[in-house]
Amino acid sequence: MPKGKLTFDHERCKGCGLCVEYCPQKILYQDKKTLNDSGYNIVSVSEPDKCIGCAFCAMMCPDSVIKVEVDK
Amino acid sequence: MAKVLMKGNEAIALAAIKGGVDAFYGYPITPQNEVPEYLSKHLLANGKVFLQAESEVAAINMVYGAAGAGKRVMTSSSSPGIALKQEGISYIAAAELPCVIVSVMRGGPGLGGIQPSQADYYQATRGGGNGDYQLIVYAPESIQETIDIMKESFDIADYYRNPVMVLVDGLIGQMMESVDFDKPVKERFLPEKDWATNGTMNHPGKRNIANSLQIDPKALEQHNIHLQEKYNTVKKNEVRYELINFDDPEYVIVAYGTMARICRSAIELLEKEGISVGMIRPISLFPYPKEAFAKIPDKAKGILTCELSQGQMLDDVLIANNGKHKVGFFGRSGGMLPDPEEIVEAIKNFNERVVK
Amino acid sequence: MTVKYEKTKGLTDKPLSYCPGCTHGIVHKLVGESLVELDILDRAIAIASVGCSVFSYQFFNCDAQQAPHGRACAEATGIKRVLPDNIVFTYQGDGDLASIGIAETIHAANRGENITVIFINNAIYGMTGGQMAPTSLIGQKTTTSQDGRNQADHGNPIKISEMFKTIEGVAYLERVAVNNPKNVIRAKKAIKKAFKYQKEKRGFTMIEVLSSCPVNWGMKPVDALKWIESDMIPNYPLGVFKDKGADDEKN
Ligand SMILES: Cc1ncc(C[n+]2csc(CCOP(=O)(O)OP(=O)(O)O)c2C)c(N)n1
Ligand code: SF4
Repeated sequence: MPKGKLTFDHERCKGCGLCVEYCPQKILYQDKKTLNDSGYNIVSVSEPDKCIGCAFCAMMCPDSVIKVEVDK
Repeated sequence: MAKVLMKGNEAIALAAIKGGVDAFYGYPITPQNEVPEYLSKHLLANGKVFLQAESEVAAINMVYGAAGAGKRVMTSSSSPGIALKQEGISYIAAAELPCVIVSVMRGGPGLGGIQPSQADYYQATRGGGNGDYQLIVYAPESIQETIDIMKESFDIADYYRNPVMVLVDGLIGQMMESVDFDKPVKERFLPEKDWATNGTMNHPGKRNIANSLQIDPKALEQHNIHLQEKYNTVKKNEVRYELINFDDPEYVIVAYGTMARICRSAIELLEKEGISVGMIRPISLFPYPKEAFAKIPDKAKGILTCELSQGQMLDDVLIANNGKHKVGFFGRSGGMLPDPEEIVEAIKNFNERVVK
Repeated sequence: MTVKYEKTKGLTDKPLSYCPGCTHGIVHKLVGESLVELDILDRAIAIASVGCSVFSYQFFNCDAQQAPHGRACAEATGIKRVLPDNIVFTYQGDGDLASIGIAETIHAANRGENITVIFINNAIYGMTGGQMAPTSLIGQKTTTSQDGRNQADHGNPIKISEMFKTIEGVAYLERVAVNNPKNVIRAKKAIKKAFKYQKEKRGFTMIEVLSSCPVNWGMKPVDALKWIESDMIPNYPLGVFKDKGADDEKN
């Protein structure tokens, strides 16, 4: 069971990659195939099961793209 | 309140209090220092705000802040200080915030001198700040008139959401007169300041923003057009002037403030010599009383513009006259005040004074 | 499931105008979150300065004013003096605060104005295209120091927190960075504390934030954060420079 669940507001994403870099589980990647309306590559989760719900990705995202929910 | 004997600068300060000023921000400069000195004592004692800023630049931006917050706020300075305030004045005018700026002119340019002058007419009416904006400018000639205008200026600023400048010179600031502070002020309907940036708790569901940035040229042009419409309303409603000795004058003097006082004496001297001279005394410099010039009889021999400068209001006289009459100029500057006799001579030798 | 992190109500929904990966955005979030958590958003008034954050009046979800270049602290003073129970803060870059607005900032601090200053030190003029800032590092290449800043021509990088530490009216002063999650958490604590001190009317509070400008540094966003660690922090050490609250407790 994953500890965290991520939801992305893709339209706000500018594809900067800070979340990808600071995810300790290295489960985020820039989806080179999908662009948002502003023309940026959006971010996706490769292995959602591995999310530990630390919210580092969301914290480092300058554009408030990521919502993190956790099991309590 | 009965009449009291009071010095001009202190009268300005007391009139501001009567006008409901909530806050003063300024920086010391001669010849207006009695304004902040008086206010420092009397505003603080009444729970209002007085703050000596670190510079005129800071002072005018404090005014911007407090005006944006919806308060009645003023500053006071003199020529080089007003020069420094131009940045903030442009922003305040752009953001359409009300405030009152007292300018006690001294001789320039540069550090100049500290004696009375009118060399900041351009600074007041043309502005040293950037952009298409206008201040509403009043130039009273006596302490009583200064008091009446000061009291009203806060209402006028609020009504138009525009800075008002009260433009006097060191002489008005320093002299003493017996004055009355209780003359009634014209009633104006002043709406709630529902635009004030005082926290959304005071206007839930709406964010208030004081701003002059409009990055979209279309929006900025629209804003400029809106400002011009406002200035046009001001031109329609707020022109003030006095006509003196206007039954069939041979010549007409145009002068304001201290120079108008001197010209009054000159007119009396000329009358004794059988030369009838009238005077247009602009009280509002913006809006300029152009319509007064239509009242000059066709057969008048000329208009003499008298200023304590090398000729600044002269531009507005030439525009208002529109080529109809000969226009002459008499000016002293640097803090030099003419004797009335010099003006008498200028009228007698009008043709030598005519500007080409 | 419970929400651990989501977009703060302290910011509007308007997409930020900053370049991709620019950490101005992270700092905005920390300010917004602090205002919400301290329950002061509805009495807050933001002062946007001139620089890349000039549009920040559109982003902070409270009343706001936009100040002329460098004058934010004067404007904040003007407001705070007439509305002492409101929360007033400025958000300024290093050109704005440390160059053209240094006088206004020092005097607001010296008067102990009860305002909060969020000072973004990104060692460059971002908005105008990467000119040298008073905070640019020795050797740093900018569009107006193309061979690198040198001490003889340009002076040394100005250390604002070290300077302001000496000013009596300062109640809280900390330098933080937003270049990794650990530092972001510290930055958040600092910013929130500054606002808490303002709420408690303790005096002038300022948080200097080492922030990135990937575009004008000519780096990828991630590399820019690494440059903060490798080059900026050694020149601008992090830490609390002044804490009157802690001092009061000690005494
Ligand atoms: C009086 C004035 N001078 C110059 C400018 C041009 N200007 C705009 S932003 C800026 C520099 C801002 O740099 P900084 O404060 O470091 O903020 P950043 O853009 O890096 O976030 C300058 C010089 C201006 N707007 N006003
Ligand atoms: S220019 Fe630099 S500071 Fe400005 S938004 Fe872009 S990255 Fe950020």
